[in-house]
Amino acid sequence: MAKKSHVTTTVNGDEYEFLSEPGQTLVDALRNSLGLTGTKEGCSTGDCGACSVQLEGRLVCSCLVLAVEADGKSIDTIEGMANGDELHPLQRQFLELNGSQCGICTPGVLIAAQALLETNPDPTETEIRYYLAGNLCRCTGYDKIIRSVQAAAAEMRGS
Amino acid sequence: MATILEESGFDPNQKLKIVGTNPVKQDGLDKVTGRARFGADAFLPGMLFGKILRSPHAHANIKSIDASAAEALPGVKSVITSADFPSIPQGTGAGDMTRNVMAVEKALYDGHPVAAVAATSEAIAKKALKLIKVDYEVLPHVIDPLDAMKPDAPILHDYMRTKGDPDAPDKPTNVTEKMVTELGDVSKGFAAADVVVEHDYDSKPMHQGYIEPQGCIADYSEDGQIELWCCTQAPFVYRDRLTAILKLDSSKINVEQSELGGGFGGKTGFYAEPHAILLSKKASRPVKMTLTRNEVFRGTGPVSGTNSTIKMGCTKDGRITAAEANLVFQTGPYTGSMYFNAPNAMFTRYDLENVHIVSREVVSNRPKVNSFRAPCVPQIVFGVEGVIDEMARKIGMDPIDFRLKNAAVDGHTAIYGDTWGPIGFVETLKAAKESDHYKSPLPKGQGRGISAGFWFNRGGETAGSLTLAPDGTVTIVIGTADVAGSRVSIAMMAAEELGISIDKIRVSFADTNSLGFNRVTAGSRTTYSVGMVVVNNARQVIKELCNRAAGIWGVPAEGVVYEEGQVRPASSNVGDFEPMSIGDITAKTGMSQGPIAGHSEMNVTGAGPGFGVHIVDVKVDEGTGRVDCTRYTVVQDVGKSIHPLQVEGQVQGGAVQGLGWALNEEYIYNDKGCLDNASFLDYRMPVASDVPMVDTVIVEVPNPAHPFGLRGVGEVPVVPTMGAVGNAIGDAIGIRPRSLPMSPPKMLDLLEEAKGLSESERY
Repeated sequence: MAKKSHVTTTVNGDEYEFLSEPGQTLVDALRNSLGLTGTKEGCSTGDCGACSVQLEGRLVCSCLVLAVEADGKSIDTIEGMANGDELHPLQRQFLELNGSQCGICTPGVLIAAQALLETNPDPTETEIRYYLAGNLCRCTGYDKIIRSVQAAAAEMRGS
Repeated sequence: MATILEESGFDPNQKLKIVGTNPVKQDGLDKVTGRARFGADAFLPGMLFGKILRSPHAHANIKSIDASAAEALPGVKSVITSADFPSIPQGTGAGDMTRNVMAVEKALYDGHPVAAVAATSEAIAKKALKLIKVDYEVLPHVIDPLDAMKPDAPILHDYMRTKGDPDAPDKPTNVTEKMVTELGDVSKGFAAADVVVEHDYDSKPMHQGYIEPQGCIADYSEDGQIELWCCTQAPFVYRDRLTAILKLDSSKINVEQSELGGGFGGKTGFYAEPHAILLSKKASRPVKMTLTRNEVFRGTGPVSGTNSTIKMGCTKDGRITAAEANLVFQTGPYTGSMYFNAPNAMFTRYDLENVHIVSREVVSNRPKVNSFRAPCVPQIVFGVEGVIDEMARKIGMDPIDFRLKNAAVDGHTAIYGDTWGPIGFVETLKAAKESDHYKSPLPKGQGRGISAGFWFNRGGETAGSLTLAPDGTVTIVIGTADVAGSRVSIAMMAAEELGISIDKIRVSFADTNSLGFNRVTAGSRTTYSVGMVVVNNARQVIKELCNRAAGIWGVPAEGVVYEEGQVRPASSNVGDFEPMSIGDITAKTGMSQGPIAGHSEMNVTGAGPGFGVHIVDVKVDEGTGRVDCTRYTVVQDVGKSIHPLQVEGQVQGGAVQGLGWALNEEYIYNDKGCLDNASFLDYRMPVASDVPMVDTVIVEVPNPAHPFGLRGVGEVPVVPTMGAVGNAIGDAIGIRPRSLPMSPPKMLDLLEEAKGLSESERY
C-alpha cells in the first residue's frame, strides 16, 4: 500500500492532524478524516461549489485540492462561520429570508458569499450573481439566495 | 368524532394568527451551520465502503461475470452480482425493479449496474471493481424513441407486447403501452373551427439535478433485521419495494431518512440501497454507499423525453372547439414513466368538449426515467401552450383573454372524471393580466410570452402523531420527507389549531417502524395531506383536554371550551374556574389518566386542483443564439400560503428548473449509446448569473376540504415554464421553437429561417 502522508492543518482555528492517502482530496479529509461533514460533496469535479471552503483566506472547491496541500495551512469551513452562539449575518439572513431550502448547497453558498463580502462589501446584484455562479442550487432559483446576501451585506455595512 | 375528511371546519372568515406568517424554519439553523445530516453524512462503527460496477455498453448480453480476483483483494469484504438477488420473472413490477438496480440477463444502458463491492476503504473498493471481469456480448442499441418504434429496431425485451393495443402484431416490440383518452367527437369539433393549428414538438430527457448524490448506509444484522439510513422522498415506499425485490417481510427493514438534499421526484425510487443491503448481509458489517455525480447522471432517473403532435381548433371569436394529440414518451428500459399524467393534464384547465389523445410509452437504451415535478406534463404543455398562443395570434386576441374565454370554472368535470369544487384558474389568469409585469411595456428587442399550467395536487395514505409532553409542549412525528420546508408548515398548522406558539412544537421524522404507511412525498401532496393528519390529531388532543378539564372541575364536557391554548368554562353558568393551559392539564392528569396524544392514519382525499400562469420576457442574441430571460413572473393559485416565503421559494425554484429545461439541459449520447455529458460542467444547469429575480403573485382561492384552504404548491410552477419561454422566443424572433431545449444551435437555425419570412408569416 502506498505510503500515507502526515498532515497538520488548522481548521476554524483548531489544529488537526491526520494521515492522508495519496490522492485524497481536501473535502474527503474534512468529511471522513476529521468528521467535519458540513462541507458537502456534490460533484467532485469543481462544478457545483457545495464543497467550498477558504484555504489561507482563498475561496476554493475542496474537491479540487489535495488533502496534503492543506499541510501547515489554515482552512475555514461552515462549522466555523458562527461565533459561538452568534450567527454570522449571512447565516441569519439566510434563515430570515429563506435563502436555504433543502440546505445541501447552503454551506458552500455561505462560504462563497462570505468570501465575496470580505473583498466587496457592497456588491451589485450582478456582482453577487457572477460571484456565486460556481455554486449550484436546484431548489431556490437563486432569488432568495441573492436577496439574503444583499441583506447581509447591508447589515454588515451598518446601513 | 367525525374526522377531518368529513368536516374540515374551513371557515372563509377565519382569523389566522400563525398560518400566513414567515417564522424561521426549525431545521434552518442546522442547515446554515453545517450540522444537518444528509445521506452521506452518517457513519457507523465497522462501516465498509461500497461501489458499483456499471456497464460501459448501451445494450449487451452478460455472458459471465468473474469476480474471483476482486474477492481475493485484501480489504474486500463482499462482492455481489445479480446472482445474489432473489430470482423474479422479467416483465413484472418487482422483476423490473430488480433488473434496474442490477442487470440480470442484459445490460440495457450505459451505466447499468452489473456488480458491486464492499471494502474497508473506498480506494480498495474502486480497485476491486477493476478486477471484476464481465464478458459482454455487445448488441445493437437504440436511444431515440421514434427509432425504437421502427419495425427493424433493436428489441430490448423479447417478452414485451404493447398493452392496450389489440391491433398490435404478436411479436416483440419496444412500445410498452398504448392509451387512448377521449371526450366528445373531435371531427365534429374541427369541422366547427375557423382556425386549426397543428405542430410536432419534441423534448429531451433532463435530470432532476438535485445537488446531493444518493447516499445510504445499510446494516444487516445476523438475525435478518436491516437498518437503512438514506436520503429519500419515500421511506415507506423504499421499505416496501426493497422487501418486494429482496423477498422479505416489510417489518425486517427499518428505513431512517436523512435530510434530503433535493429530490424533485428523483429520490422516489432507490438506486444504491439494495446493493448496500446485500453487501452488508454478505460482509456482516454496515456498508455505506454514495453515488458519484457521473453515476447520478448515467444511472439515475431523468425525466421522459417526448415526441408529440398537437392539433387544436378554435372559432374566430376564440372558443376552442377540438383538441387532438399523439404522444410518445421515453421511459428508459422499463415501464414506469407515469406518462398517463399527460393526457389527463395537458389540456385540463380549459373547458373542452372534444378531445382525442393517443399516448405511447417506449423503452430504449437509456436510464430508467424517474418522477420529476408534475411527471410527464410540462414537456407536453410546452406544445399545447404553443398551439394555444398561435391560435390567439391568428384571431388577433390577447393571449390571456383567449385563455380566460376557455378557462374551466367551478363545477367543471375534468377529462379524468373528477368534478371540481372551487378552483382558481380564472382568478390566476386575471391576476396575471393585472400584474405589473404584464402591464409593463416590453423592452425593445425582446419578446414576451405567457403560458398556463395545471396539476391535480394529491392526497393519499398518510399517518402521523401529535403527542403532549407532561409539561404541555408538543411533539409531532411525521412519515413524509421534507422537500421544501414542510416541517415548519406542519408545525404552524398545529400551532394555529392548538392556539399556542410554534416554539412549543417540534416536528420530527419517523423511521418506518414508528408510523403507518406514508405515500411518497411527491405530487404536491405533503403539506396538504400531513396538514390534514396533524390538524385532525390536534382536534383529538383538544377533545381529550376538554374532557379532562371537565373532570377536574366536575362539570359536563359540553360545559368547557378550548380557546387560544386554554380550556375555560363555556360560560359563567358553568362555574367560576380559572382557565387551564395544556401544561396545567397534563400536569394535573398525567399520573392518573395517562399521556395525551392524537394519531391519525388516513387516505387523504379532497386535494384541490392548482393552476399557474407564467409571464416571461426574453432577449435572443442574434450572433450566438443565446436566450436570456430578462424578466419572469409566476402567478399561481395555492389555495392558502401557510408560509408565504417558502411558497415563493418553491415556485421560484420551479420556474428556474423550467428555464434550464427550456434553454439548455439535455442528455447527449454518442454513437455507441454512451452518455457524453455526465457532469455538471457538460450538463449545464442554470447558475445564479443565468437568471433574473423571479417575481411571484400568489393567488389564494381556498380549497374548502382543508381547514386552512390549502391546495399544493410544488408541481404547478414547472408546468407552464417552457411554454412561456417558447412563446416569448416566438414573439422575439418571429418563429416559435418546437424542440426542447431551445439551445443556441437550434436558435441560430431558427434565426436564419426567420430571415426568409414575410411579415405575415412571422409568428
